Amino acid sequence: MNEVLIEGRNGVTAVGAEVPSNARAEGLTKDQQLNLYYFMKLNREVEAAMERLFKQNKIVGGLYASLGQEAISVGTASALSPGDWVAPMIRNIGALLTRGVPPRDIFTQHMARYTSPTKGKDGTSHFGDLKGRHIVSPISMLGDLIPVMAGVGIGARYLGQKIVTMTWIGDGGSSTGAFHEGLMFAAMHHAPMVLIVENNQWAYSTPVNRQTGVRDLADRAQGYGIEGVIVDGNDIREVYRVTKAAVDRARSGGGPVLIEAKTMRMRGHAQHDSADYVPKEMLAYWKERDPLPRYEKYLTESGLWDARKKAEIDARIERLVREDREFAENSPFPPPGLAEEGVYCDGCHTIEAEWKRDKGQLALAGGYPAVHQVQDYGEIRIKVAASAPAVTPAVAAAVTARAEDLELSEEMMAAVPNGKVPTAEETALRVPFGRGPKDKAFRDEQAAKTYSRGGSGKTYHQNKPSQPPSKLPPKVFTKPFTKPFTKPFNKPVHQQQGASFQKGPNQKPGNAPRKNFVKHPAGKPGRT
Amino acid sequence: MAQVTMLEAIRQAMFEEMERDPAVVAVGEDIGVYGGAFKVTEGLLAKFGPERVMDAPIAETGIVGAACGMSFLGLRPVVEMQFIDFIACCFNQVTNFVAKSHYLWGAPVPMVIRGPSGGGVHGGPFHSANPEMYFVHTPGLKVVYPSTAYDAKGLLKSAIRDNNPVLFFEHKYLYRRIKEELPAEDYTVPIGKAIVRREGSDLTILTYAALTHTVLEAADELAKEGIEAEVVDLRTLLPLDRETILTSVKKTNRLLVVHEDTRTGGIAGEIAAIVCEEAFDDLDAPIARVTALDTPVPYSPPLEERFLPQRSDVVAAARKLAKY
Repeated sequence: MNEVLIEGRNGVTAVGAEVPSNARAEGLTKDQQLNLYYFMKLNREVEAAMERLFKQNKIVGGLYASLGQEAISVGTASALSPGDWVAPMIRNIGALLTRGVPPRDIFTQHMARYTSPTKGKDGTSHFGDLKGRHIVSPISMLGDLIPVMAGVGIGARYLGQKIVTMTWIGDGGSSTGAFHEGLMFAAMHHAPMVLIVENNQWAYSTPVNRQTGVRDLADRAQGYGIEGVIVDGNDIREVYRVTKAAVDRARSGGGPVLIEAKTMRMRGHAQHDSADYVPKEMLAYWKERDPLPRYEKYLTESGLWDARKKAEIDARIERLVREDREFAENSPFPPPGLAEEGVYCDGCHTIEAEWKRDKGQLALAGGYPAVHQVQDYGEIRIKVAASAPAVTPAVAAAVTARAEDLELSEEMMAAVPNGKVPTAEETALRVPFGRGPKDKAFRDEQAAKTYSRGGSGKTYHQNKPSQPPSKLPPKVFTKPFTKPFTKPFNKPVHQQQGASFQKGPNQKPGNAPRKNFVKHPAGKPGRT
Repeated sequence: MAQVTMLEAIRQAMFEEMERDPAVVAVGEDIGVYGGAFKVTEGLLAKFGPERVMDAPIAETGIVGAACGMSFLGLRPVVEMQFIDFIACCFNQVTNFVAKSHYLWGAPVPMVIRGPSGGGVHGGPFHSANPEMYFVHTPGLKVVYPSTAYDAKGLLKSAIRDNNPVLFFEHKYLYRRIKEELPAEDYTVPIGKAIVRREGSDLTILTYAALTHTVLEAADELAKEGIEAEVVDLRTLLPLDRETILTSVKKTNRLLVVHEDTRTGGIAGEIAAIVCEEAFDDLDAPIARVTALDTPVPYSPPLEERFLPQRSDVVAAARKLAKY
């Protein structure tokens, strides 16, 4: 991995992928820069409106805020092209808005209305748009979207589509097995996927250091052989720049990139959670780094807008949020019968792949060699930085210690400081033969066995030892267990004296249990 | 026409579907170069190339998740579980993500998860399971479990062409033990349709998969005693073919359900409930069942033979039921 230091803008230093030189120059037009503000502000206003709706008891289920994290959702999603695929998580309303989802969809979803994208079948931001905006719906089980988006990327490549897939996960979700399997799958297939790890410091009530042994979640990328980058998640310009570079890289076949965006969850896990476990100073620290005022300051200082322009955008947002909220509030709940519909696709969807390559090419395919190309023989390579002028004593000691861990031979250890790698022949293991399928005695033994299935009456040979297998005398219980129960059982409540329970209509004295099955004399169906 | 094994029939279905539709791709552990642990996918890589026949790392959640992603693009992935027991590793992905997508947000997932299942080959507790009922309990999935080479080929083709996620169980005991001639032309067997394997008037025996053959043998034995059993092979467990089940029960008035799955929570319980709801007045005897024990699948042959329902068990239960 080419590790370079990327100078951070606000005191955060990003370590990781080499960003292509044109990425810094990747300029956004004035309108695009104002769009970043528009969607961040819209994100915040939609959530503020929902918080009010929640307090009015109009949100049916939970409400999860992304307050303070808007720069990540908006900045990352803005780096994508319209044909790309996204799978936002619950705190990525900003990404949904940026992809063109109207606020009304978000309001109606939370309010469980018939007009919502899922027609009330699911809440929160659990909805997608397969054909139009290429949005995959999340589920509550964290990490599941990562293998899915790896698969979208792999499948798209097969179809000849030059797309990038993007999904998000939190610091908490990065602990799941699906995170690992998905990222590993994406890495192995070199999938065009960008994974945004939003490190908002808290998984519900658990801080990052109680979740994992690494400080920076971007370090995990190394374990998968992919690029990992850290970015200040509260600086939308940085988020956009780093993500754009990652997206370009993934699109051009550079493989997946993991971007860890450092940020802070400024609310509890959900509305019900007052988050008293978060130190006040920590909240104050991040409040100072609120992404919205920071970007507003930049826009003002750069002369990209004035007070009038800002007021104009804010008014547009205010109107949109009000109209869509009213639309949602006036929307009906779904008809109960809808609960029974849509479990299966019975021809309601046309499933057709969008080919961007010649299908005829595939039909002609054939004659692939069914062999694996191996990279090497798996010999042990001691990693010594190529740029290091010489092996310093400290490095040599570390290498030796490592070699001892691996129980290397003396010759191999001697070879280490020179960086000499043992050849495959030198390190080949000898596998002893015997007792395998080629062992005749073993085969004969197997053939002699007459196990069968089918209850055919065949008996298994049981070893009947001439003497009991155990020398212990058989246990004989000679003394009967006679200790009586001294404490009488309490009668059930309704049988106790003075109980006022009435017998139910089916417990009349004459209502004896009836015989369930009576054989019909003529063997005809029916019960007498 | 040469006779082919059930394994060969499944391979033929894969080949023919991949030839017919370039949207069909295969993903699984060791399915490419090696041709699959049971060699079901042998030759697929050489024919269709590594883009369509993907050797996967040992990551069932990764595999099923990725296949689901591919299906969102209109592809039709066929996932192989090296042994169906390992589907437990991706239970969440299958039951929460794949199964619910269409209901919740209108995203069909046209994928197949297939793999060798069942006991009788001394595979031990983690290579012999019949985990179908976890998935029969999951709305949104379809569960198929064929018993013949003809059905295996026809049902797999139907599963690949289906717009829903289909779990396709292949009883490994049958892989190379049964053979039959298959039609040369393209054919499918519909999902959700049971079949009457043997006509009879005295009782109905419902079963599926490898036990279909055991039950047919038992029926022959019963016939010698003058008991004519009607044998129905369910073939699909979800959705269940209620019509065929009820028609047969109304004809014979006695029902025995036989399955290799464990007893508690097995399909027999569900079928008994359906028959009680829909055809109680047609019954002349209580519904009986012969199932595996409520234990893990034990390894040693005598233990496994005790665990699995045997022909003699079926004969005894049927005899008792017929005389009731």
